[in-house]
Amino acid sequence: MSMVIPFGPQHPVLPEPIQLRLSLQEERVTSALPVLGYIHRGLEKLAEEKDFQQDAYLVERVCGICSFIHSMCYCQGIEELMDLKVPPRAQYLRVVWSELHRMHSHLLATGLLADAFGFENLFMQLWRTREHVMDAMEYTTGARIMLGSCCIGGVRKDINEEQKKFVLDKLNTVEKDLKVLLPVLLEDYSVKKRLVGIGMLDQLTARERGAVGPTARGSGLAMDHRMTGYCAYGELGFEPVVENGCDSYARTQVRAGELLQSIDLVRRALDRLPDSELKVPFKGNPPAGEVVIRAEQPRGEVFYFLKSSGKDKLDRLRVRTPTFANLSPLLAMLTGCTLPDVAVIILSVDPCVSCTER
Amino acid sequence: MKLFTIFKDIVRNTFSKPYTRNYPTEIRPSFEGERGKLIIEGEKCIYCGICARKCPSNALVVTKKPDQSWQFERYRCILCAACVEACPKKCLHMVSRLDERG
Repeated sequence: MSMVIPFGPQHPVLPEPIQLRLSLQEERVTSALPVLGYIHRGLEKLAEEKDFQQDAYLVERVCGICSFIHSMCYCQGIEELMDLKVPPRAQYLRVVWSELHRMHSHLLATGLLADAFGFENLFMQLWRTREHVMDAMEYTTGARIMLGSCCIGGVRKDINEEQKKFVLDKLNTVEKDLKVLLPVLLEDYSVKKRLVGIGMLDQLTARERGAVGPTARGSGLAMDHRMTGYCAYGELGFEPVVENGCDSYARTQVRAGELLQSIDLVRRALDRLPDSELKVPFKGNPPAGEVVIRAEQPRGEVFYFLKSSGKDKLDRLRVRTPTFANLSPLLAMLTGCTLPDVAVIILSVDPCVSCTER
Repeated sequence: MKLFTIFKDIVRNTFSKPYTRNYPTEIRPSFEGERGKLIIEGEKCIYCGICARKCPSNALVVTKKPDQSWQFERYRCILCAACVEACPKKCLHMVSRLDERG
């Protein structure tokens, strides 16, 4: 007997409202249809009403998890349009805050995944570790999530010696915690039972359906925008974390690997922090023109399209967020799985729905 | 096959002191430079209105004529501190949310 079950918009495992209409044949999902639009806020339209400097704060609020990287990507776009050269210290500080954001996002995502397969203890331990990263962000910028430290032409805040020491101390604590928690996440028998072989997405399908971020890298695609060396990633020597398992476990492995890699990148960036100004001054509005700019977020590649006509307000701002790109691969993963695995599969791609709907 | 991998951690947590605080009675001190709320030193203000123009969320309304006034809608404020940077007289400040002023 076939039937349709609405999964969401309100469901205990979903952090944000999204509905998936699952067609079931007995216990197996035969097809899934996403229904979006529960938290559309019209941010793209609002961005056309504000001036281009205010938009840097606005785009930060597109997402509550990877906020800094949104504003950084937008600022890079305007800088390219205005032909500004960001000072090296600002580039390094942008890397520091981006990687701190990636760490807290991955800890949140793996925590929610642990909650989805019923491991409440691991969920709380991972979120406890996340607090250390949040403290590091709060001490360096003055806010926990909406850092507001990125502006056009550079950064608004500096990291002094005392703050540097505090961040490094916090990183040591996080690393110590992860040494205990990551083996639980990756080696425990019961966890593996829920993740290995669940939500298969082979390399070809991942490429065809345009998967990005850890979803693509878990399927053996070495796709990471940081490889292009934007900001200071080129000088810091970046290698993507790639796994070939193609299942939910491989995606979790990628996130675990990136957590440790981010700690390493922040340490290296703080160690090599060059002395220079924090931002370049500029005058006037961005010249008429269009620009497409990308950056790597914790969930994958974000894409900004900016169109200016030389006025203080932009003509058009378009955001393509990573979860939007990952929706199509998610539907491919859901086809053929059993109903109890749906929650685990959805959280293994780490969906950020308010990002997607803007 | 590994079982009970978190067991050691459970034992450690059982015999260590609680990680959480008794919140209303015990409040975590805020970090230096926390953007908790906006305050103004009214006597220094020259009502130029730059802060209101820079504010991304239209939380500030400044009028010079006929009466000088500086109005601030706290619930619209997104705590970005754009006004603090723009103020020519440095009369706006971001203070901790635990601060008693404002």
